Amino acid sequence: MLLRGGIDTLSALPKLVVKILIAVLIGGFLGATLVRFAPGFGIDEEELDSRLSAQSIQALRQTRAEDANIFVFYFHYLSRLLRGDLGISRTLQRPVRQLVAERLPETLKSVAAGMALGWAAGFLLAVAVVMSRAWYLDLLGSLLVGVLLCLPAAVLALLFVLAQAPARLLLGLIIFPKVFRYSRNLLGRSSALPHVLTARAKGLGNMRVLVWHILPTAAPQLLALLGVTVSFAFTAAIPMEALCDMPGIGQLAWKAALGRDVALLVNLTMIVTLVTLMANSASEMMGKTFAASEA
Amino acid sequence: MNWARTAAIVFLLVVSAACLLANFIAPAPYAHQFRDEPDAAPSRQHLLGTDDLGRDRFSRVLYGTRVSLLLAPAAALLSSLLAAFIGGIAGFAGGRVERCVMAGTDLFLSLPWLFLLITVRALLPLNVSPIVSVLITFAMLGCLGWAGAARIICADARSLSRSDFILLARASGSNGFRLFWRHLVPNLKPVLYAQFWISVPVFILTEANLGILGLGVAEPLPSWGSLLRELEGFSTISGQAWQLVPLVLFILVVSSFHLVLTKEELAI
Repeated sequence: MLLRGGIDTLSALPKLVVKILIAVLIGGFLGATLVRFAPGFGIDEEELDSRLSAQSIQALRQTRAEDANIFVFYFHYLSRLLRGDLGISRTLQRPVRQLVAERLPETLKSVAAGMALGWAAGFLLAVAVVMSRAWYLDLLGSLLVGVLLCLPAAVLALLFVLAQAPARLLLGLIIFPKVFRYSRNLLGRSSALPHVLTARAKGLGNMRVLVWHILPTAAPQLLALLGVTVSFAFTAAIPMEALCDMPGIGQLAWKAALGRDVALLVNLTMIVTLVTLMANSASEMMGKTFAASEA
Repeated sequence: MNWARTAAIVFLLVVSAACLLANFIAPAPYAHQFRDEPDAAPSRQHLLGTDDLGRDRFSRVLYGTRVSLLLAPAAALLSSLLAAFIGGIAGFAGGRVERCVMAGTDLFLSLPWLFLLITVRALLPLNVSPIVSVLITFAMLGCLGWAGAARIICADARSLSRSDFILLARASGSNGFRLFWRHLVPNLKPVLYAQFWISVPVFILTEANLGILGLGVAEPLPSWGSLLRELEGFSTISGQAWQLVPLVLFILVVSSFHLVLTKEELAI
């Protein structure tokens, strides 16, 4: 069964890769359009250097004249992108690739820590609520989640700064309510299925019912949620890193937005989109493999 | 939970009424500076004290809440209409049109929301008046927030277009735009209603995030983002608990919006 699931997954792999490539290509075109029409495109600070002669300034303009044609610009932009050249950041005057290489690991560490914490707390609480069927636990969880869902990530970040709490935990608090709410509903629905009720009636212990009957039914959707939470984590990384002064790509995106560095922003958005697309596709594939092996 | 829903609706109505009457209730205009009283404690004249520029905090909370409570529903309406148009047509047309539109929607959904917003915000002019900045911020939320709702509406429109009453309408000679407008759209109302109420708190939260990051509504016009940004200067040692009032009000309003929909409406 597991083998069949694996084969199905492998056959779906090329389709997923094509989907991601198309997304990157379209994203590249959209990004190039944004950069091309951004305020300040085609203007270079070098032109203000009084030491340059008129001929030098003319030569500088000539090099950029090619990009005035939008199709030529698209071609140059995409060919540079395919070579891994993401351009130069206008505000920081450094190659975007270098900036991303320096800062991405920091964000990935925060995202990983946040995911681990958010999932551990949210999922375990959901399991405790569903398995114990204790109303007070459900009420407590719902209240906590209700308050957390009403707080913008930026306010949580400010509160973390005020409380001098470790900022990496913040993403966990943002992911926790989503995981808890979705898992509780999903596990609750699974635990009300006839075969689960029969298993309970036959006297199976809570742990066995959970592991053998509830979780396998809910697993594909839980795996899909895993991919979605990656996107949540990256989005929440902007306020967290900006306000808690963490040198990740969230802070870089914020600085780029304040400095209107569209080229940098577009590249960062594309990188995060690519990461989230891959995470979503991976979780989708895992879910499908699991569902196929269960069938 | 009917009592909670009723309480939430009553609370939202009271807050909305207070904000709409801000011109009469507020003790001072939102931008007026009492220069001799910066960071003042609550008093008869200033119910919630003043901020670091000496502006009456109670007035700013009233005007700021008005901005968010008027414009977040407007943005939600815009995004729901866009979703109805895009998702409705895709679901109604079916086949290749649906596949193409949904592929585009999926691509849009895979873009990280806040990254996309700040990218688009960076493209827009910064040297605009506060009123224009607030309109830009919420229009941007409305224009970019349709994708999730469009997916749900597309699925609903698809199942509706296969239903008996649509078949009967087709058999009676109704087709094209008339069929879509007269028969399909009215039946999409429940799902549109649910999507509208789901979007409002999302947009309020997003505006607050943008405002705190300095990318939202421009000063001196208050919004929840700029009001919550004041927490940066909050100190637990000074014990100025009244500075937390905007935060408490914010939580109450957003949770009230979460409670407006019944479980049945959320399940649509």
